[in-house]
Amino acid sequence: MEYVLLRHREIPNLKKLDVYREHGGYEGLKKALSMTQAEVIDLIKASNLRGRGGAGFGTGIKWSFIPKNAPDTYVLINTDESETGTFKDRELIENNPHQVIEGALIAAYAIGSRLVFNYMRGEFMDAAYAFEEALQECRAAGIIGQNILGSDYSVDFYTHYGAGAYICGEETALIESLAGNLGQPWSKPPFPAIEGLYSKPTVVNNTETLANVPMIMVNGPDWFKAMGTPQSPGPKIVCISGHVEKPGNYEVTMGMTYRELLAMAGGMRGGKKFKALLPSGGSGPIVVEDALDAPLTYEGLTPFDSVMGSASLIFMDEDTDMVWATLKVIHFFRHESCGKCTPCREGTFWLERVVERVYYGRGTEADIKLLESITSGMKGKCLCALGEFATSPIVSSIKHFLPEYKAKVAAGMNGKVTRAAAAAVR
Amino acid sequence: MLREKYADEIDALLARFPQKKSAVLHLMHLAQNEYGYMSDEAMKEVAEILDLDPTHVMSLAGFYSLYYEEPVGKYVLEVCNDLACALRGADKFVEMASRKLDIPVDGTTNDGLFTLKTVMCLGACDRAPMLQCNLKFYENLDETKFDNMIADLRARAAEGDADPSVVERIFSYIK
Repeated sequence: MEYVLLRHREIPNLKKLDVYREHGGYEGLKKALSMTQAEVIDLIKASNLRGRGGAGFGTGIKWSFIPKNAPDTYVLINTDESETGTFKDRELIENNPHQVIEGALIAAYAIGSRLVFNYMRGEFMDAAYAFEEALQECRAAGIIGQNILGSDYSVDFYTHYGAGAYICGEETALIESLAGNLGQPWSKPPFPAIEGLYSKPTVVNNTETLANVPMIMVNGPDWFKAMGTPQSPGPKIVCISGHVEKPGNYEVTMGMTYRELLAMAGGMRGGKKFKALLPSGGSGPIVVEDALDAPLTYEGLTPFDSVMGSASLIFMDEDTDMVWATLKVIHFFRHESCGKCTPCREGTFWLERVVERVYYGRGTEADIKLLESITSGMKGKCLCALGEFATSPIVSSIKHFLPEYKAKVAAGMNGKVTRAAAAAVR
Repeated sequence: MLREKYADEIDALLARFPQKKSAVLHLMHLAQNEYGYMSDEAMKEVAEILDLDPTHVMSLAGFYSLYYEEPVGKYVLEVCNDLACALRGADKFVEMASRKLDIPVDGTTNDGLFTLKTVMCLGACDRAPMLQCNLKFYENLDETKFDNMIADLRARAAEGDADPSVVERIFSYIK
């Protein structure tokens, strides 16, 4: 296939500036600099490029919210990739950093920003070396700095490192963290486009989203819309992990079915039968066999009460204990809850406690009802999406796998959970 | 003192930000690299450079998982045992590592060389089991690779491990 994003798989050393330029690199930026800011925004709007971090908001629309001629504005790249099962931005930054830089520079030009930060999680250090070296090449070549590429536009660009907090992938938490505060979200409004970093208008875009921008500039919106579906155009990197033969990143055009994606990853490992899929890391509700023929689009899983999200597919085979899997996921959300709002802080704590006691054979039938009651106390009541996400593995696993919960309760202390297994979950 | 030892890097770092408070996570990474963990003195030093209240730096040290509030071993082995890694054997890997190092999770070996931890997703789910050791990733691990890694780290420690740390390398880009 013709790669749009993971082009480094076909082009060796794409992370070097000269190689990137030999393959059309920074032509998109050049074209943008020859246009007005409004024309650039309109072009991206026309492509219907939607955010690849999971929310799917229109990228051009997001840029258009920035007040015109605001004196200080910022572009922040969200490379705080920390969702269980997600590892696409890391591959991009490590191997194709210039495409992300170019996309961010086009965004910065479009909104008139003089400063770009890439907020990268503090654990992605191999990616960090590649990105820092790419930035250095750009400074030396006049692509970043004063009057870039001979234009009258100047911009600075730096990397910022997080320090281990999933919540900083939420845009307002990311802004707080970059400002030197605890990475805790705020209740919108104000929206970052009006009051973001240092209370100035700010655009936060996902890494993969920005990597799409340069080629849209060069090839035009129609080229982009020819891929995928009308509502979900363009390429998408799908992260496939779990019980499959060939886990990894796969670049596809949206509209493929989940069953086709599973086949792409070599099918279930060891010829086992498919049991369940987490379609968006820990955040998207679990789906089962009937959803596999749905298309990978922003709306494709709506009939199955789930979402495409960031397209991080965790496949589980017939031997998977779904109460155990649910416990793993809720443990993650409890650990990563920032503690600012009560429904999420208390809710994730109790969800983990109750799932844990069911798993270890100390639960009762009433605990299953209790789980549903806790989730309804959280849904729609948390400050940000994390609290909402935390309820989805619980609600969806009870929906699809209630007999497994009941069996754990019925087995009671005679369940086959060993002390070693208990230690492993903790 | 960090301010003297890394004068150029810190000046360059502070010049990046419209508000210098933004440099706090960077400086905490640097302080931990220097002192091994976020000791009270390390946090006070960071606070002083940025004119912050030391309690603010302490609250950040508690919030972000990469900062250690207690002393740790020279090499911190952080194994991801989140769902995606656990489906590919991460929990068994943790048990094996714990047995081989003869320490529980969160424990440190008597010689002070290794601390074993479990952590949330590190973004390498397709290469599980995996761990990060002082921010370097080791992927697609098994028992043999783990043994070799430990032997290699022991040998390096015995020679005084002069390799620049990940944080030092990152700061070299800032200067």
